[in-house]
Formats: sequence, C-alpha cells, structure tokens
Amino acid sequence: MRLQRGQTDGRSALFTGATAAATMLIVALLAVILGNILWNGAAQVSLRFIFGGTSEGMFDPQKAGIFPMIFGTVTLVVLMTIGVVPVGVITAVYLTEYARRESVLTRVIRGAINNLAGVPSIVFGLFGLGFFVQFVGGGLDKLLYGGQLHYGKPALIWAAATMAVLTLPVVIVATEEALRAVPQGFREGSLALGATKLETIRKVVLPQALPGILTGAILAVGRGAGEVAPIMFTGAAYYLAHLPKSATDQFMHLGYHVFVLSTQSPDIERTRPILYGTVLVLLVLTSLLNLAAVLVRAGVRARLRVEHG
Amino acid sequence: MDNAVFRIEQLNFWYGAKQALCDVNLTIRPNQSTALIGPSGCGKSTLLRCLNRMNDLIEQTRVQGRVLLHEQDVYAPEVDVIELRKRVGMVFQKSNPFPQSVFDNVAYGLRIQGVTSRSQLADRVEASLRKAALWDEVKDRLHDSALTLSGGQQQRLCIARAIAVEPEVLLMDEPCSALDPVATAKIEELIQDLKKDYTIVIVTHNMQQAARVSDYAAFFYLGRLIEFDTTTKIFTHPANRQTEDYVTGRFG
Repeated sequence: MRLQRGQTDGRSALFTGATAAATMLIVALLAVILGNILWNGAAQVSLRFIFGGTSEGMFDPQKAGIFPMIFGTVTLVVLMTIGVVPVGVITAVYLTEYARRESVLTRVIRGAINNLAGVPSIVFGLFGLGFFVQFVGGGLDKLLYGGQLHYGKPALIWAAATMAVLTLPVVIVATEEALRAVPQGFREGSLALGATKLETIRKVVLPQALPGILTGAILAVGRGAGEVAPIMFTGAAYYLAHLPKSATDQFMHLGYHVFVLSTQSPDIERTRPILYGTVLVLLVLTSLLNLAAVLVRAGVRARLRVEHG
Repeated sequence: MDNAVFRIEQLNFWYGAKQALCDVNLTIRPNQSTALIGPSGCGKSTLLRCLNRMNDLIEQTRVQGRVLLHEQDVYAPEVDVIELRKRVGMVFQKSNPFPQSVFDNVAYGLRIQGVTSRSQLADRVEASLRKAALWDEVKDRLHDSALTLSGGQQQRLCIARAIAVEPEVLLMDEPCSALDPVATAKIEELIQDLKKDYTIVIVTHNMQQAARVSDYAAFFYLGRLIEFDTTTKIFTHPANRQTEDYVTGRFG
C-alpha cells in the first residue's frame, strides 16, 4: 500500500466543506428570521404594548396592547403542563416498570403513542372540539345544569386539555428514556432489601429519572407554547374585552393573535408593526418558558450531583 | 437432615426454553458459609437468586421443585416475597449503593420497615457500619454521597445496608469480582466475622477465595450439582473427577 496524499485529502476537504456549508445555511436562515423579527418588532415593543389591552383599538399600532394574549398563552401552557406531566409520567412508569415488555398490550400502547406523535395538530383541534368541548363539556352540562350551557363551549380548560393530549407523547417518550437509564442494579438493590415495587419506584427510580422527566416537560412546553391549530376550536378567542376569570372562559393567545392580525386586519400595512411585535413577544415568551424549565432542571441536577458527589 | 436453613429439593429452572438448573438438591446449614462454584453459565448465580426470588424480576422464567427456608417453601403461593427478602439479604456483584448519602443508604431498608425515630436509625446505622468494618472510615462523612467512597468501601456499604435490616441469610453474588486484592481481603475477613450472626451463601469464581471463606462448597456444571461437601474435602479430596479438574484449574 502506498501512503500517498492527494485523492483522499481532497475528498475529505470537500466533505468537510459541504457539511460546514449545510450547517452555516441553517444558522444563516435562523439568523435571517430572528434578525427580521427583531429588526421590525423591536420598535413596536414597549411597556404600553406589553401591558396594554385591546380595548383602545386592536389594529392600531399606537393603541394596541397584547397583555391579554400574553396572559392567555402563559395560563394555557401552565394548565397544559399540570395536565400532561402526571399522566405522561404515570403512563411511562407503567410501560417501563410494570408492563411485560413483549405483551400485545404494551405493543399496542407503544404504537398508539407513536401514532399520536404523528397526528397533525389541526386534527387535535378537531378532536378537542368533538371530545372535550362537546362530549365532555356538553355531557357535564347535561349532568349538572340540565343542558344549560356552562362547560360545553370552547374554554381555557378544554384548550389546555387538547394541548396536553398533543404533547403527551413527548412527555411519555422522554420519561421512558429517563426511566430506562436508571441502572437495574438500583432496582435490584432496593427490592433485595424488602422494598415493594412501588417503594422502589418512588424512592430510587423516580428521583434518578427526574432530570429526564423535566426534559420531557420542557419539550412539551416548547411545543405547546407555539401551537395554534389545537386551540382555534377549543378555547382561543378572536377578541375578548376581559381577561379570562375562570377555566371555563375563553382566552386570547399570542399565536392565534398573529393569525388574526394577518388575516382579519382591515389595513395590513398599518397592522404590520403589531404583527412583528406580537411575534417577537411570542418568541421571547417561549424562550423564557423554556429557560425557566431548564433552570429548574439544572437545579435538580445540581442537587443530585451533590448527593452523588 | 435437620438443622438446615435452606433445603433445596429437586430444583429445576428455565430461562424461556433454556434450562439453567437440573434437579438440584442442596442443604445450606446455619452460621456456615457455603460457596457455590463452577464455570460461567453453570447455574450458580441462578441458584443464588432463587433463594430470595430475585429471578422473579426476569420475564419468562419457570421454576420447578422446592426451596425450603426452615421447611417453608419460598415458592409457595402464600409466601410474601417482600418478607422473604427481608429475611434473606443480598449483596450484588456490582456494588450498587443508591445515589444518596452513606447514612441514607444504610437507613434505606430500616425506613422501608417503618423505623422513623432518628436516634434509633442512627444507632442501627452505626451498628451496621461497624459490623461491616466500615464505621471508622466513614463516621466523619456519613452525609457525603455514597458514590464518593472507593469501590471496596462501596461494597462494604452494600453489606452494611443488607445487614441493617437484620436478615438471617446473606447471599453474595461474586462480591469481590470488581475489587482490588486489598479490598477483597477486607471483604473476605468480614465474611469470616459475619458467619457468627448470619448464614452466608457466596458465589465466587475465585477458587482461592472459596477455599478461604467457605465451610462448604458446591460445585456446579451445566446446571447440575456435581459435588457438595466440606470445602476442605472439595479442595483436597474431591470425589468427582470434574470437580478435581475444576478446583485445580485444569478447566473452567
């Protein structure tokens, strides 16, 4: 074999260049998008814009505020998280710790979760309208209020429930991975001391898996904060004079507001600054929600590390 | 035979279709240490894990025969596995302290049993660590993570954790296979001490270790018990040719 420089070097350099170019392209695209939003949106964002309401005029850049949308988005994400995390974690615990790995039931559940992750979000919106709003809400009304409309209409709680179903696969998959990463030796050590399975899961397995579970919650928040389709039929409102007072009220939402501004405005040129400002706030808010979750996870990791040494 | 802690009768065990134990009959005597020896895959660890039913955790296994702990079949349907495991403790091949403090590790089993009094916990943790010959090394770092201890210390911590719940039998699955000679010597010394209070069953690949720490030795080959006798007899005048070949290092 001759150790010749040349051909391989050239190909290698070409390949390195191609991968670097592909990476740069993505970075550049992101920079253009973010730069565009920041450039055009920054001027619109002010304290009045963030804390103001819509009553003065929704399509007037001088008067419009988006506080109701910020409030609605944050409330929605918080409610969604409260709903999705317990259900997702319990499902993942069942699948990894209790279910027999090769049973038909386990495979069916796993398949269902994967399919759920692939369903387009607008379908979740229709599902939420049919199931949560009409079936559950309407059912409650029949049961409790003799058919009087109370729960059977689009509401914050149904939008949050729909969003929770949408993000469920993310939480389940992340939690399952976190649980599987806990060494079997910990489980055996605990069981060999006469602990029950439940004690083992609660005291040894779940604490170890907590950072991974929080990662799942972060991904769910990231996904949930940006989705609009699932809430269009289940709770988001075009315009409301007041903030939602209860979970059965409708709400305004940043993402939906972007849709409203870009399709319903009487004068799109005049509305454009509000549009940019709203998108900028949505981006920052999503980042902040993510950041908060990342900080919580970092705190848990640090605590575990102290215990690990 | 009277005076037995465990009496294993005609025990057969399968992983799926693969038979791991064939017609094993064996008696474990109290306050003695019994070594299970044999080449890899001979079934000795499987047998050990039948004694506290750790094999229950593995899917698609099947047991036939009886494992009597003081004349009570541990595989009988009315047996509470949790109670069984409290009476029959286990130390694993790979030391597995929980990622908690030294103290919490030893207190784990006690808390499970409902001991909540701080002073009682402290007393029993100290007593267990002393018994495991670890107290002097860790008494100033009880609240440090168990994972800051050395490998040998971690294994002794696992022994302390197992004896804290005061079992009657201590099962040890190759407890020194991941340890250096100094740490191994300490554990072997400890096993000699622990015999006073516990019945010990130890699986080991190390023939010298079996000779040093055990009173009885059982040689397994391909899932069958080939020979069972006092350790002295097994290592000096084995009745069976295969046993002799194995303990003298001609195969295995």
